[in-house]
Amino acid sequence: MPAPANDRKARTRRWFAGFRERETWAAYAFLSPWIIGFLVFMGGPMVISFVLSLTDYDAIGDTRNVGWANYEKLLSDPKIRTSLANTMIYTVLAVPATMIVSLTLASMLHRVGRRSAGVFRTLFYLPEVTPKVAVGVLFLLLFNGQVGLVNGALGLVGIDGPQWSTDPNWVKPGLVLMDIWSVGGTVIIYLAALNNVPRDLYEAAALDGVSAWQRFRHITLPMISGALFFTLIVQTIYKLQTFDEAYTAFYGSAASAQYSNDAALFYLVYLFQQAFQFLHMGFASAMAWLLFVVIMIITIIQVRVSNRFVYYEGGDR
Amino acid sequence: MSKRYSRSVAVAAAAALVLTGCGGVGGGDDEPAEGGAVTLTTMGFGVGDEIASTRVDLADKTVGGKAKIGNNAFDAQQFLSAVASNNPPDLVYMDRQLLGTYAARGTLEPLESCVESEQIDLDQYRDPALAEVTLDDKLYGLPEFYNNRVLMVNDASVQSAGLTPDAIDPGDRDLLSQSATKLTKKNGSDLARIGFDPKIPEFLPIWAKANGVDMLSEDGKTANLDDPKLVAALEYAVGLIQAQGGWGSFKAFRDSFDFFGEENPFAADQLASFPMEDWYLNVLADVSPDLKFTVAPFTDEQGQPVDWVTGTAWAIPAASEHKEQACKWIKTMTDSETWIAAAEARRDKRDAENKPFSGVYTGNEVADEKIFGEIVDLADTPVYDKAVKNVLEAQESAFSMPSSPAGSEFRTAWQDAVNRVLSGQQAPAAAMAQAQQEAQAALDNATGN
Repeated sequence: MPAPANDRKARTRRWFAGFRERETWAAYAFLSPWIIGFLVFMGGPMVISFVLSLTDYDAIGDTRNVGWANYEKLLSDPKIRTSLANTMIYTVLAVPATMIVSLTLASMLHRVGRRSAGVFRTLFYLPEVTPKVAVGVLFLLLFNGQVGLVNGALGLVGIDGPQWSTDPNWVKPGLVLMDIWSVGGTVIIYLAALNNVPRDLYEAAALDGVSAWQRFRHITLPMISGALFFTLIVQTIYKLQTFDEAYTAFYGSAASAQYSNDAALFYLVYLFQQAFQFLHMGFASAMAWLLFVVIMIITIIQVRVSNRFVYYEGGDR
Repeated sequence: MSKRYSRSVAVAAAAALVLTGCGGVGGGDDEPAEGGAVTLTTMGFGVGDEIASTRVDLADKTVGGKAKIGNNAFDAQQFLSAVASNNPPDLVYMDRQLLGTYAARGTLEPLESCVESEQIDLDQYRDPALAEVTLDDKLYGLPEFYNNRVLMVNDASVQSAGLTPDAIDPGDRDLLSQSATKLTKKNGSDLARIGFDPKIPEFLPIWAKANGVDMLSEDGKTANLDDPKLVAALEYAVGLIQAQGGWGSFKAFRDSFDFFGEENPFAADQLASFPMEDWYLNVLADVSPDLKFTVAPFTDEQGQPVDWVTGTAWAIPAASEHKEQACKWIKTMTDSETWIAAAEARRDKRDAENKPFSGVYTGNEVADEKIFGEIVDLADTPVYDKAVKNVLEAQESAFSMPSSPAGSEFRTAWQDAVNRVLSGQQAPAAAMAQAQQEAQAALDNATGN
C-alpha cells in the first residue's frame, strides 16, 4: 500500500537530518568507492550507450545523429528476430535445467556428512572457475558427432547421437548440456538455503508420517523459495546474455566463423558482431537497450509472479 | 530474504548486467628502445617460423630498432579499441579482404607518400594482391603471402578405389560427382574417408568463378550473390557433400582430422581430394615428406585454370606515431630480397632435416622468380616438383576479390548463407537471395548510397 504523503515527508526529513551526524558521513565515505565505481563504470556507460544508440557511430569517426533509426532497424533486421528467438529458447531450456540439476546436487550434498560435503562442494565448484572460452572449445571436442565423448557414451547404450555442432535442432540443447557442467555457484546457494531450513519442521512432519516427497514439496521447497527465486532471476539474466561458449565455438576464430551456425547466433553474439566486426556501434547500442528492456520486462513479470510462490520469513516489510 | 530486498537485487542485477557488456582494451606503448631507437608496435602478427623471424630481423635492422611483435592473430575488437582510444599500434597485419573495411573509415594511412619517400617499387607486387589492398585508387597496404587454391589429390586413396588422379576433375562435374562417391568410405554410419571435400563455405568464390560469376563487382560496391550461376555452383557443391553422408557427419569427421600432424588426413587416408591453399604443400613436406599426392589447377567447365588468391597485408594506422619508420619496416618485410633471405633460411632448415622445400608463395613476383628459379630444388622429389610446377601454372590464372568498404559484412553474408544451406535451414536460391540483400545493404551503407 502506498505510504501516506506526510510519512514520506517525515522520512525525507529524517534522511536529511542524518547528515548532521558524523556517522552518516562516515558511512557514505565507506560506500563511496562503490558509488564512484558505479557512476564511472556503469551509470556513465549506460548514459553514453543510450546517446550512441541515437547515432551512426563506427567507433573511429565522428558520431552522426540518426534519431530513432537504429531502433526502427531493430524491427526490420531479420537477424534480430533470429538471435532473440535463439536466446529465448536457450534461456527457457537452460534456466530450469540449471536449477533442477543444482537443486538435485545440493540435496545430495545436504544429505552426506559435512566432511564429505566439503570435498564434493569443491569438486562441483571447480568447473565454475574454468574459463568460458575453454568450455567453448571443449564443447566442440566433447560434442563432435563422430568422435566426441558424448556420442561415444550414447553409442554404448545403443543410441545414435545427433550432430550436436551442426544440426540446428541440437546446437542449443548441446550448449545447455555444456552449461550445466558449471552449476557450482547455484549449488552452493541452494546448499546454504537447505542448511537454513529448521530441522524441527522435518521432525514434526516425520512424527506425522509425512512421506519424503511431501516433506520436500511442503517444507523444503517453500523454505528455500527465496533462494530459488533469487537464482531464477539471476540465471535468467545471465542466460539471456549468453555469449562466451557460443562465440568461442562458432564465431571466435577466423576458421570457426566460416562455419557459423544461425542456431548459435545468440543476441549478444550478434551485438558483438555489429559492434566490433561490422563497426556499427550505434546499432549495437540500440540492441543493448532492447535487451535491457526485454530483461526488465521478464524480471518484473518474475517478481510479480513470485508474490504467489515465494515465502518471505520477515513477511512483506 | 525479504521481498523488497529480492526486488532490489533483481532490478539492480538486471541493470548492471545488461548495460556493461562491452569493455575496451588498450593498445601498445611507444617506449623508446635502448639507444634512442624507435620501438614499433604491431598487431596481428606472430613470429612462428623462420620465414617470419628472418624477415623481422631484417626489417628491425632497417629501422635500427626492434619491433614489438604481439604473436596474436588480428583481433578486430583489440584494434578498434586501440584506435578509438587514440593509442593504435604503429603497424597492423591483417587479412587483405578486411583491409577495405578499416581503410574506408579512415583508420589506415594511404601509402602514396610512403611509396614515394621510400621509393617502393610497386611493380614487384602481384596485381591481384595489390588490387585487394587498393580502395578507391588509393593503396592502403603492402601484400605479403599469396595463397593460391589448387586441387590436391591423395594418390593412395584414388588408387585404392581403382581410379587415377585425373578422375578428380572440377571441369567435368558428372565425373567429379561419381569419383567423389566412389572414393567415399564408410564405417557403419560413420565416415571413414571423404572422397572429395568442396571446401565450402570458405572456397565458394572459386566455385563461383568457375561458373563465370564474380561475387563482387570490380569497384567493390555491388554484390552479385543471387546470380543463378552462383546458386547452381552452390547447389552442386552442397550436392557433393550430401552424396557423401550430409553436412553433419561430413563436418564432424573433418573436425577430427589432425590437419598439421603426421596423422594428417592424407597420410591417414581420411581424405581423398580437395581444393586447398598452397601452404599445405609445406605442411605435407614437413610432416609427411614421403607422401604421394597430385596437385592440379582447379578448372572451370571449359577446362581453364581458376585460382582464387588471398593473403595478408601490412598497413599503417592513420594515427601511428612512427609512420616513417613503419613505412621502412613494411617495405623491408615485403621486399624481394627479404623474401629471398627467408626462403633461403627455410631451405637450409629443410635441407638439414632432409625434407623437401616446396617454396614460399609471396605477393612479390620478383621474389618468387628467384625463389622458384634458384632456391627451390626438387629434382630428388618428383611429387613435390610436379606439385610446385602446377601451383605456379595455376598462379598465372589468379584472381582476387576486390577491396570493399564492407568487406567483413560481405564475407559474413555469403558464408552465413552457405552455412544455412549446409545445415538444411534454407534452399540455395533463398539463402543467396538473403545474402544478396544483406551484402548489398552493407555495401550501400558503407559507400553512402
